[in-house]
Amino acid sequence: MASEGKIKKVSIVVSKGSLDGVYPGLIMANGARMEGMEANLFFTFFGLEAIIKKKQNRIKVATIGNPGMHMPSLLGMLPGMSAFATWMMNRTMDKLDIPPVGEFIEMISDAGGKLYACKATVDMWKLSMEDFCDQVDGIRTVGDFYEMAAGGEIIFT
Amino acid sequence: MAQKTIAGVRVDVDELGYMTNLDQWTKEIALELAKEVEINELTDLHWKVVQYLQDEFKKGTALTIRKVSKSGVINTKELYDIFPGGPLKKASLIAGIPKPVGCV
Repeated sequence: MASEGKIKKVSIVVSKGSLDGVYPGLIMANGARMEGMEANLFFTFFGLEAIIKKKQNRIKVATIGNPGMHMPSLLGMLPGMSAFATWMMNRTMDKLDIPPVGEFIEMISDAGGKLYACKATVDMWKLSMEDFCDQVDGIRTVGDFYEMAAGGEIIFT
Repeated sequence: MAQKTIAGVRVDVDELGYMTNLDQWTKEIALELAKEVEINELTDLHWKVVQYLQDEFKKGTALTIRKVSKSGVINTKELYDIFPGGPLKKASLIAGIPKPVGCV
């Protein structure tokens, strides 16, 4: 089924730690695997929370200073607003069969996607492989990332 | 809507080659369609997945990888193993149901 012009591999950087910052990368990685493309996920900075066991299912959506929410910041500031907006979003996604982050990561890994943590951020936050979920394939430098991305597309999220 | 001869039978297909009429499906057609996507043999597990997809399609359920892997019929790893390179797309083609529309 290979033909000229088809993408064979994508390497996706996940750099944000909000719901709307993490999901696009996960959907693209899963979607790539569904199309038979190789997929690498590289988590850096706040994106690392998506693979940290203790944090991956607590990722929220921002309700202050987030123009995409179309919510005045005075309202978004109220206690519980972020939690409520997050809960609503999670519920809607679940109905569409979009899994919570932890389960999604498992699905992508089971589908053959590869997941890596950025060494620079790992060093900054003094983390180790024990902090990460089982699906993480290793800690890699930016140079390693470029090597594994060679010949494919790089997507920054 | 176009027509195609598969395993000696004229069937209705869409422009991507997916069958549009499940009533025309037979196991022989499934085997031919599988060969088109480089799957040369259909094991019991393949047939189980095909059956599951057809049942869910008849119920009108939207099919996603997550749903299939939680169905108890097969898990994600096995699904990607037996339908390499586009599991839902290939399995749907072989099962005689339309290409799944969805991002998950």
